[in-house]
Amino acid sequence: MKIRLLKDKVIGTGMLALSVLSVSLVLLIGIGLYLRSLPILQQYSVWELVTSSSWRPMKGEFGFFPFIMGTLWVTGMSILIAVPLCLFTAIYLSEYAPASFKRFFLPLVNMLAGIPPVIYGVWGVFFIIPIVQRYIAPHFVEFSTGYTVLAGGIVLAVMIFPLIVSIVVEVLSTIPKELREASLSLGATKWETVKKVILRKAFPGIFAAIVLAISRAFGETIAVLMVCGNVPIAPQSIFDPAYPLPALLANNFGEMMSVPLYDSALMFSAFALLIIILIFNIISRAILQKIEIRNA
Amino acid sequence: MTQTPHIGVKNLNVRIGDSHLLKDININIPDKSVTSIIGPSGCGKTTLLKSFNRLLDDIPGVNITGNVLVDGEDIYGKHADVTQIRKKMGLLAQRPFPLPMSIYDNIAYGPRIHGAPSKKELNALVEHYLKAVGLWEEVKGRLHGSASSLSIGQQQRLCLARGLAVEPEIILGDESTSALDPISTKIIEDLIIQLKEKYTIVLVTHILRQARRVSDYIIFVYMGEIIEFGPTEEILLNPKEKLTKEYVKGFIS
Amino acid sequence: MRRRKLEEWIAKALMLFSTAFVGICLFLIIGTVVVKGLPYLDWDMVTKIPDGGYYFGRSGGMLNAIIGSLYVAGGATVLGMCISIPVALYLNVYLKKSNAFARFAKLAFDVLFGVPSIVYGAFAFSLMVYLGVRASLLGGIIAVTLLVIPIMVRTLDEVITNVPKDLKEATLAMGATRWEMAKVYLLQIKTGILTAVLLAFGRGVGDVAAVMFTAGFSDNIPVSLHEPAATLPLAIFFQLGSPIPEVQGRAYASALILTVCILIIVSVSTILTNKKRK
Repeated sequence: MKIRLLKDKVIGTGMLALSVLSVSLVLLIGIGLYLRSLPILQQYSVWELVTSSSWRPMKGEFGFFPFIMGTLWVTGMSILIAVPLCLFTAIYLSEYAPASFKRFFLPLVNMLAGIPPVIYGVWGVFFIIPIVQRYIAPHFVEFSTGYTVLAGGIVLAVMIFPLIVSIVVEVLSTIPKELREASLSLGATKWETVKKVILRKAFPGIFAAIVLAISRAFGETIAVLMVCGNVPIAPQSIFDPAYPLPALLANNFGEMMSVPLYDSALMFSAFALLIIILIFNIISRAILQKIEIRNA
Repeated sequence: MTQTPHIGVKNLNVRIGDSHLLKDININIPDKSVTSIIGPSGCGKTTLLKSFNRLLDDIPGVNITGNVLVDGEDIYGKHADVTQIRKKMGLLAQRPFPLPMSIYDNIAYGPRIHGAPSKKELNALVEHYLKAVGLWEEVKGRLHGSASSLSIGQQQRLCLARGLAVEPEIILGDESTSALDPISTKIIEDLIIQLKEKYTIVLVTHILRQARRVSDYIIFVYMGEIIEFGPTEEILLNPKEKLTKEYVKGFIS
Repeated sequence: MRRRKLEEWIAKALMLFSTAFVGICLFLIIGTVVVKGLPYLDWDMVTKIPDGGYYFGRSGGMLNAIIGSLYVAGGATVLGMCISIPVALYLNVYLKKSNAFARFAKLAFDVLFGVPSIVYGAFAFSLMVYLGVRASLLGGIIAVTLLVIPIMVRTLDEVITNVPKDLKEATLAMGATRWEMAKVYLLQIKTGILTAVLLAFGRGVGDVAAVMFTAGFSDNIPVSLHEPAATLPLAIFFQLGSPIPEVQGRAYASALILTVCILIIVSVSTILTNKKRK
């Protein structure tokens, strides 16, 4: 009897230790990256680093503004493309489509959610870049290589399609059928029911899906590295190239050790990514809680 | 009957996949009175009720033949406008499902959809229908609070008021009191009796005593067929069919 | 009335358009990979290492990257499992649902789930510099393990929450200790564990950003934990940049191989989940 209880205790303590360790990973990563970016933070203030546009590591100039803007442009573009398309798709699948179509389409979408980003990158290079270069950009600008914010946005958007569609369909399926009937029986059309009742009810879930999609797009590395052009100048339009933070980090890995402070600057960009993701998560959670309380 | 009834059903058959849920239903629902549909669980009571306002349309694999005439117009006809048909009928579901918005907006939802009345008209409408279900005094201080903050009984009355606000001619109730406590049940039942002066009311219920308390006519459904139809007293006290007799005595459930 | 009908019609048209667009895009991805990759796919691809270097060599295959990916993802999945199963059990079975630490931990894993893989890569790289480990198979495994832990914990968490509460009460009522109860849970969630493993493995095989700092790259199949290892996605990325058509061809073929692997993994896990639901 004693042995059983002892076993319970010992194993419990071990599990607790593992849990504490893995939970503190957030903190460990933060501290680790902070320590590594300390050298550059001692030379320049965070404000200087974030607002300066001049990126010349050889001369010791480290301005992150172009990369931050690049990240925002590309992420924003992808969300702008993906959210409306995915919402309409999810609504169609859950409210309008015949059951047989839904049964065929949804597993396909789930399957594509697993395709690695590098494949989306390959597709972007071979499919999206030429289209942007030959068919879209010439209508707006004189010359474009195709490697632009637009291309990055499209590739990222397609990458987050499966994510948003599958979560939103799941969210819509939890809404009781009777709520739909209540609205329909008042003489509302199907679309009115969707617009005024279902979307309202599903809003917290849809919001959470979009937050996850933004995090994914924001931190995506290899796909944007392949299609955005990587020019360290803040983009002015969707036909300019962009150089998002993760791409900067990934691209300069080999050479960073030989230049003073370069390595520290790159680690600072990783640190910045982490902090932005953390802040974004906290804010969205707070908003979500507010909405849920209001709708309760 | 010389006058066309509000609801008339002719040779209605409903199949979902392989199961034949309603078989050759023929009936005229009496106007301005309460008709209860009774029968054992799974016999097709709710299906019959929902066929009246085409809420069966979205069920995968559903196949409906025959006619349901509402005010003489076939609602399953080619040119039928389903939203207008549903507007004519208020539905009171098993459990209250307030729309995810304020008490005020719940009532205003229907009128807003069917035209855009002015703010003043809306205010008057909301007050009128909340009074009609006896909810006005209880909620007038928090009209813009969330509807889900009401008690279940209040929510069900709100749902009734919401249905009345689109000015229907018919009210359909699907075991509308089964989730309520006895006091709220009594309030809803009294409201139904009151409302039959203006509306044709069809209720699905599995409580015989409730059917007896509120209804003028009873339809007994068994295995997708109408076994017997007649005035309440006759069906409950003096049924003609053997099946009805057994059900009323509690042998079939 | 007309306006309402028109709105319904427009909404429907938009929905059909969106669904078609999303469907076609996703279809095109698979299509592009197959069309580009199939001509270059041969037996050598999966049985030989690149001949004359991955960037310039015109012949040979991708066996080094295939094995490297299996090692990295496999190692990380095993390590991840050893950590995430006890953690998920502890949070859900040992602790009460209202426990403050349990709630905080779940929040932390949600946050970790959203942290980009490149951040894990950068962190693991710093850790390696600190410990004096060079870019190697070991480094890659560590980075990917960090990446898959939140994925596995979250998946297991969901699986355990779906186990009926009666099970907990019934076992406790028999006088079982919490560890004995945890063992009962383990039996209950066997398929769930498999799903988590497949999910983590799929993510590990496909990820680039975490391994590009930490695993290095090599034309040879690693024989020890301290040797650098190539991975399939990184090989695709590098070879695509080569000017030599044969090398690019290897990238397409690798992309096809990777896609097929992932599709198989996802299908198996989907089938498992559906079976469990029934």
